Amino acid sequence: MLLNQFLFLGAFLFATGVYGVLARRNAVLVLMSIELILNAVNINLVAFGAFRNTVVGQVFALFVIAIAAAEVGVGLAIVLLIYRNRRSIDLSEVDVMRG
Amino acid sequence: MVAQNIFFGITAFVMAVGAVRVVTTKNVVHGALWLMVVLAGVAGNFVLLAAEFVAVVQVLVYIGAIVVLFLFGIMLTRAPIGREANLDNSQRIPSLLVGLLVFGLLASVLAKQWGRVHIHTGAVQRTSDVANSIFTQYVVPFEAVSVVLLAALVGAVVIARRD
Amino acid sequence: MDWILNHFWLVPAIPFTTFWLILFFGKRLPGKGAEIGVTGLAATWVLAAWSAVAWVRRPTTGSGHDVIRSYIEHSYTWFTNGQIKITFGFHADGLAVMMLVVVATISLLVHVYSIEYMRGDVRFTYFFAALSLFTCGMYVLVTASSTLQGLFGWEAMGLCSFMLIGHWWEDKANSDAALKAFFTTRTGDVGLLVGISILYFAAHETFNWQSLNSQALSGKIDHTLLFWGAFALMCAVIGKSAQFPLHTWLPDAMAGPTPVSALIHAATMVVAGVYLVARTYGVFWSGFSIGPGHHGVNVLAVIGAITIIIAALLAFVQDDIKKVLAYSTVSQLGYMVMALACGAWVGGIFHLFTHAFFKGLLFLGAGSVSHSGSHHSFDMKKDMGGLRKYMPTTFTTFVIGSAALAGIFPLAGFWSKDEILLSSGRNGYWVFTAVGIVGAMLTAAYMTRCVYLTFFGEYRGHGHPHESPKLITVPLVILAVLSVSAGWLGGFGLHYFADWTRNETFIAAHVRDYPFSVLWAGIALGLALVAAALAGAFYVREEFAFKGATTRSALAKTGHELLLNKYYLDNLYTDGIIGSIKGPIARGAYWFNQNAIDAVVNGVPIACRKVARVVYTGIDQIFVDGAVNGVGAGAEEGGVALRTLQNGRVQFYAGMLFAAAALLGLGLVLFV
Repeated sequence: MLLNQFLFLGAFLFATGVYGVLARRNAVLVLMSIELILNAVNINLVAFGAFRNTVVGQVFALFVIAIAAAEVGVGLAIVLLIYRNRRSIDLSEVDVMRG
Repeated sequence: MVAQNIFFGITAFVMAVGAVRVVTTKNVVHGALWLMVVLAGVAGNFVLLAAEFVAVVQVLVYIGAIVVLFLFGIMLTRAPIGREANLDNSQRIPSLLVGLLVFGLLASVLAKQWGRVHIHTGAVQRTSDVANSIFTQYVVPFEAVSVVLLAALVGAVVIARRD
Repeated sequence: MDWILNHFWLVPAIPFTTFWLILFFGKRLPGKGAEIGVTGLAATWVLAAWSAVAWVRRPTTGSGHDVIRSYIEHSYTWFTNGQIKITFGFHADGLAVMMLVVVATISLLVHVYSIEYMRGDVRFTYFFAALSLFTCGMYVLVTASSTLQGLFGWEAMGLCSFMLIGHWWEDKANSDAALKAFFTTRTGDVGLLVGISILYFAAHETFNWQSLNSQALSGKIDHTLLFWGAFALMCAVIGKSAQFPLHTWLPDAMAGPTPVSALIHAATMVVAGVYLVARTYGVFWSGFSIGPGHHGVNVLAVIGAITIIIAALLAFVQDDIKKVLAYSTVSQLGYMVMALACGAWVGGIFHLFTHAFFKGLLFLGAGSVSHSGSHHSFDMKKDMGGLRKYMPTTFTTFVIGSAALAGIFPLAGFWSKDEILLSSGRNGYWVFTAVGIVGAMLTAAYMTRCVYLTFFGEYRGHGHPHESPKLITVPLVILAVLSVSAGWLGGFGLHYFADWTRNETFIAAHVRDYPFSVLWAGIALGLALVAAALAGAFYVREEFAFKGATTRSALAKTGHELLLNKYYLDNLYTDGIIGSIKGPIARGAYWFNQNAIDAVVNGVPIACRKVARVVYTGIDQIFVDGAVNGVGAGAEEGGVALRTLQNGRVQFYAGMLFAAAALLGLGLVLFV
C-alpha cells in the first residue's frame, strides 16, 4: 500500500469538509462537515503512525476522537440555543455581529 | 497486497461519494446518514492500517454516539424532514474554489513529497502497545482529555438548559 | 636749539588756544579779543622764527647741490584697530619751517592791520576768532606728518574760509560767494579723499608723507596707482588753489573783508594746494613722470599753464581792484603749479614764498586805499584815481609790490619767477617755459593798468582821500621791505633758499636745481619791461594804437565780451551743470524713482498678493485641501468599503480564513 493513497484520501475528505463548512446553511450540516475534517486528520495520523511503525499515530487519533466527541456535544448545545432564540438555524441569517 | 488494495479502492470510492453527498445533499437527515457511511469507511481504513483498536473506537464513538447526537440535534432543531429548498448559502462558488484550491495544494505537496513510498505493516501493533503508550507516555494528555470531556459535558448541559 | 623742532606741536596748539579764548572771553576784553589774537600770533611768530634759526643751524650732510638737513619727525599712535595703526605726528623740515615763517608773518601782520581795518565791525570778535582758527588749521597742515593729519587742517581752513568770506552775510551776495567758495573747493576735496585713500593702500597702508614719498620714488608702488593717486590729489589742488576749471570761486571770494583776502586768498590758504604737491612730490614725480624721460607735457603742467593765461587775460577787464589782484593770484598760483609740474620744485616753492609777501602787500594796500581813499569802494574806474598825491606810503608800497609781482630786478618776484622759467626750460618743458614768459608779460601789463587806474590821473571818487593810520601802513611797509629782500635768499647767485628747503625726496628723485643764468633773467626782465611799457603807453598816450580797439574791431569786441563774462564758465557751472542737474536730471531721477523703482518696490508686494491669491484658490484650496480632505474622504470610503467585509456571517469569515491559509500555503509551496 502506498502511503500516498491514504494521504490523498485524507486530503480529499479535508477539502470536502472545508467546502461543507463554508457552503452549507444548516448549522448541523456545518458541524457534520467539521467531522469530515477531523476524520481526514485521523486517517493521516494513523497512516503516518503505520508508516513509521509507531503507536503514536493511533494514540493521537484516539485523542482526536475524544475531543471530537466533546466538541460535537458542545457544538450542538450551542446550535440548540441558537434555535431556541431565533427559531431557525440558518447560519446565513445569523449576522448580529454585522459591522 | 492486492486484496488490500482492492479493499482500499472500494472503501475509498465509497467514502469519496459519501463525503460529497454529505455536503451536497438537500436532506439534512440524508446528510447525517452519508456521514455515517464516511465514518464507516474511515474505520475500514483503520483496519487496513492495522489499527484495529482505533477502528473499533471509531465505530463505537463516532458512528454510535456522534451521528446519533447529530440526529438528535436535527430533531430538536425542527429541521424539515425531507427535501429543503436550499441548503447551500450564497457563497457556494467561492467555497468550491477554496476547496479545490486546498485539495490541489495538498495533493501536489503530497505527491511531490511522498511519491511512491510504501507502508509496511509487517510488525503487528497490538492494542496493548497502544494502551501502554497512553498510560505511560501520554498519561497527562489522557487525563487532560478526561477533563475536557467533563468540561464539555458540563458545558453542554449548561448551555442547553432551559431556564 | 632744536627744542622747538622736537616740540613742533606747540605751533598749532597756540592759535587753537587763542581761538577758544577769544570765543569765550573776547567780548569782555577792552580790545574785544584782538589783543589775544595778536599776542598768540606774535608768540607763534617767535616760535616760527626760532624754528627757522634752529633749522638753518642744523648739521648738514652732502655738498654742493646736494646739501640737506635731515628732518625731525615725532609720531604718536592715536588708535589701533587690529592691523591698522593710525598715528599723528609732527614733521619738521625746511619746507615746513619755510611755510611756517610765511604764515606766521602774514598772519601777524594781518592781525595788526585788522585792528584798524575792522574797527567798529559788528562781528569784530568772531573775526579774530576765525582768523586764529584759520591760522591753526594752516599750521596743522604744514606741521603734519601724514596725509590724514593734513586733511584735518585742510578742512578746517575750508571752514574758516567760508566763515570769513561770508563775514558780512547780511548781504546775500556775500553769503553766496562764501557758499560758492566752499562748494567749489569741496568738489576738489573729493579728489583729496580719493587720493589719500588710493595712496594709503598703494603705499602698503601708511598715511605718512615721508614713507609715501620714499615708496613712490623707489618703485615699490605700481605706476598706474601712483598716477591716479596723483591725479586725485591734483583735483584737490585744482579746487583749493583755484586752478582751471575750479578757479571761479576765488574772484567771488573777494566779497570778504580785505585782510581775509590778503591772508587766506593770497598768501596762505590757496597755497595749501601747492604745498600739498610739494609735500607729496615723490608721488607726483613718479606718477606724472616729471623727471628725465618725460614727453614735454603732463596734465598738471597743462592745468597750470592754462590757468596762468586765462586768469591773466581776465585781469585786464576788471574794474574792481581786488578782482584784479584775485585773478593775479590765480595766475601766480598757476605759475607755482606749473613750476612743480615741470620739475622746478625749488622755483615753485620759492615763488610761493615771495608771492605771499608781495601779494599780501598788494591786498593790504588795496584795503588801505578803500579804507581811506575811495570811501570803502573798490571800483577803480569810478572811485579811484590820482591817489598817489594823497596816500604816498600806500602808493609807494603798492608800486613796490606790483614791481615785485611783475618780476622786476632786484625785487623778490624777479628771482623766483626766473628760477621757475630757468628750471622748466632746462628740464625740457619748452612749451611751458614759453607760456610762463607770456604770462610774465601779461602780469606786467595788467599790474601797470591797475596802478595807473588807482594812483594816476584825476581823482574820480566822492570821498576825502587821506593816508591810512599807522596800524595799516606799518604792515604795508614791513611787507614792502620783505618784497624787496625775500628774493635775495635765492638771488644774486646765492642759494640759501634751495639749501634750506631741500629734502630727502628732492634728493631721491634727483630733482635738478640750476644755477642762476644771467641770459635767461635778462630776457625775461626785458620782455616784462616791454610789456609794462606797452601797457603804460596805452593809458598815457592818447593816440596809442590799441585805444578803442574793442569798438573798431569785431574780433576784439568778441574777445572783450568773452573776458567780461569770464569765458562764460560761471554760466556753464551754474546754469549748465548745476541747472541741468537741478532741473531735468533731478526731475528725471524723481520720475525714475516714483515710477521705476517704486513700481518695482510696490510691485513686489502687489505681485506677492496676486501670487498668494492664486496659491490660495488654486493650490491651497484645491490641492492641499483636496489632499487633506481626500485623505479623510478616502478613510471614510475605505471604512465604508471595508465594512462590507464585516457582515457578521461566520461562514464568510471562515471562508476568508481558509482562502487566506490556502493562498499562503500556495505561496509557501511555490516560492520557498
